[in-house]
Amino acid sequence: MSTKKNYVRPIDFKHGHIDMTHGAGGRASAQLIDELFARAFDNEYLRQGHDGASLPLPTEGRLVMATDGHVISPLFFPGGDIGCLSVHGTLNDVAMSGAVPLYLAASFIIEEGFALADLKRIVESMAQAAREAGVPIVTGDTKVVEKGKGDGVFISTTGVGVAAPGLWIDGRQARIGDVVLVSGTLGEHGVAVMSLRESLEFETAIISDTAALHTLVQTMLSALPDPGALHVLRDPTRGGLATTLNEIAKQSQVGMLIHEADIPVLPQVAAACELLGLDPLYVANEGKLIAICAPDVADTLLAAMRTHPLGQHAQRIGTVTNDPNGFVQMATCFGGRRVVDWLSGEQLPRIC
Amino acid sequence: MKYIDEFRDGDSARHIAANIAAEVQPGKRYSFMEFCGGHTHAISRYGIAGMLPDNVRMIHGPGCPVCVLPIGRIDLAINLALERGVMLCTYGDTMRVPASEGLSLIKAKARGADVRMVYSATDALKLAEQHPEREVVFLAIGFETTTPPTALILRDACARQVDNFSVLCCHVLTPAAITHILESAEVRQLGTVPIDGFVGPAHVSIVIGSQPFEHFAEEYRKPVVVAGFEPLDVMQGILMLVRQVNAGKAEVQNEFSRAVTPEGNVAAQNLVSQVFELRESFEWRGLGEVPYSALKIRPAYAAWDAEVKFDLHYKSVPDHKQCECGAILRGVKRPVDCKLFGTVCTPETPMGSCMVSNEGACAAHYSYGRFQAVALINIDQVATR
Repeated sequence: MSTKKNYVRPIDFKHGHIDMTHGAGGRASAQLIDELFARAFDNEYLRQGHDGASLPLPTEGRLVMATDGHVISPLFFPGGDIGCLSVHGTLNDVAMSGAVPLYLAASFIIEEGFALADLKRIVESMAQAAREAGVPIVTGDTKVVEKGKGDGVFISTTGVGVAAPGLWIDGRQARIGDVVLVSGTLGEHGVAVMSLRESLEFETAIISDTAALHTLVQTMLSALPDPGALHVLRDPTRGGLATTLNEIAKQSQVGMLIHEADIPVLPQVAAACELLGLDPLYVANEGKLIAICAPDVADTLLAAMRTHPLGQHAQRIGTVTNDPNGFVQMATCFGGRRVVDWLSGEQLPRIC
Repeated sequence: MKYIDEFRDGDSARHIAANIAAEVQPGKRYSFMEFCGGHTHAISRYGIAGMLPDNVRMIHGPGCPVCVLPIGRIDLAINLALERGVMLCTYGDTMRVPASEGLSLIKAKARGADVRMVYSATDALKLAEQHPEREVVFLAIGFETTTPPTALILRDACARQVDNFSVLCCHVLTPAAITHILESAEVRQLGTVPIDGFVGPAHVSIVIGSQPFEHFAEEYRKPVVVAGFEPLDVMQGILMLVRQVNAGKAEVQNEFSRAVTPEGNVAAQNLVSQVFELRESFEWRGLGEVPYSALKIRPAYAAWDAEVKFDLHYKSVPDHKQCECGAILRGVKRPVDCKLFGTVCTPETPMGSCMVSNEGACAAHYSYGRFQAVALINIDQVATR
């Protein structure tokens, strides 16, 4: 007696949609994982085919771990999509400790009825972003929720990296007299996403700056004879530059003084913000970092940043000051002075 | 950004600041009220107050549309959204104005009300046409600037017979509010609010023109300079007021001549009077009931008037006992004089309406100016570049 050879009809990625079986853990789930996720993300750890990936331990240094949920709307925007954004976002969170990211994990919550063509596009964009960054996605999870209980797809990613022994870069390290640098022009991500929002569509050539910053960070660290002179790194995502500087000022119990004239903003971003009543200082970035360093290495660090494609337009924008109130102040182009406060309320919902 | 940067140029600002400093007479008082929230915002955001001599004082006026909305009006909107199941549309800042029982429109939204933020009045009418099965109400607020767009959608709703749409009209009038302030005891008898002149509204004047302000110059002997919202406009406006005070004049001058004419936008005025008529009295937060200071929808458009359609009855609700918004809106007190300012009342948890919009005196001072209460960092002592 012969058994008829198993035939599984391939998933129709052109016209198909996610249904509840894709998250039920049965054959349909397995097939989706095989034909989409495993194929796109393929690497030796994922091939272990186990829920938990077994990974070699770094020989020295500290582990750095970060996690980030992505709920952006719309899912596709000029310059990127939720897929590459979910890779860049978490890699950047790991990199802001000065760490080299090693592994990523990804978890998907997909809404019933979501087009498989869109899912495929997103997954392939993630795979490409991870490949370009040189960081494998080693494990993952997929869940499906009923129609109306999600908004297309939410992606949560977790990253692990390793920081050199003795290197402490975090928001508590800013010292009075330190110099504040930014790696490039501000506000592109927020404005690019905003340009597609319902009732607001406007034509623009502005594209999101979404990018993985870990190689820029390594370039910066290797330019310094003593990497300990780099005190703080942070990516100004939601809430923009203003909110990030306030977070650091609060954590380090210092003040800041920045100069409006030195803050790089593309003219088209400035124009769009003017039109929408937004302040570019509060608009999200996904491929920029703020560095706070000892004053004597500021020039070296700035020069190193400018050698990297993601730091070409780096600028020195201000100084860390002695202020027990933790105010971030700005000298305006106009000649006056003002507080640059925390973002209050919700300027742009669901931006990442 | 061409056309805008020119109005924010630092060198020109220093030049005007030097002129103001040279022309003010020591020992003389120059107290000017900027009526509009747009001016309050520009003064705070660009640090203009710090560029003026000590005897030039700017008093923030009641011209922030969100700030003057009384609790009872927001309550009506919340009731429509929570109890009557309407889709309630309004402009962004209105969502956070505190109402009764610790609610606001944004909190009502979290409780399940369908509250939508719109960028223009037209979007509200569009939503009604996209959702014919729903009752859609536009909570219309603002001074003469936002009134013509509301008139336009009422006219369109009538022409297209969009019968699931209506407007909750809270439009208010600038000249009535200025008269109210000038007639107040603080200005007339007590002299606790010294007003030596007004920076007249920018966008409002584009619609109503500069003529309506002639009355204040003549009747109350106060100079008025209509000025734009860019920081150089404001500086130039202040300089022009200083010159009038020095010369003992009380005239209406137009600094914002690139946009404002004496007669204003006549087409917009006609449209507004076609759709709206004067309300006998309207309660303003801070100013109380002010006669003939607001608009209501004409009976011909009653089918699109939410107050008629849903049989709404306004009920006045007092502000928080310690909230000083009223006195701040009349120029009697400054934000820092309020016990709640910066403690329980912040932009995240506004108790009073002046803390809501960034055009409000309290929010503007909190967000941009409160470092002035602490020692200023001397810019020259910090080696930054």
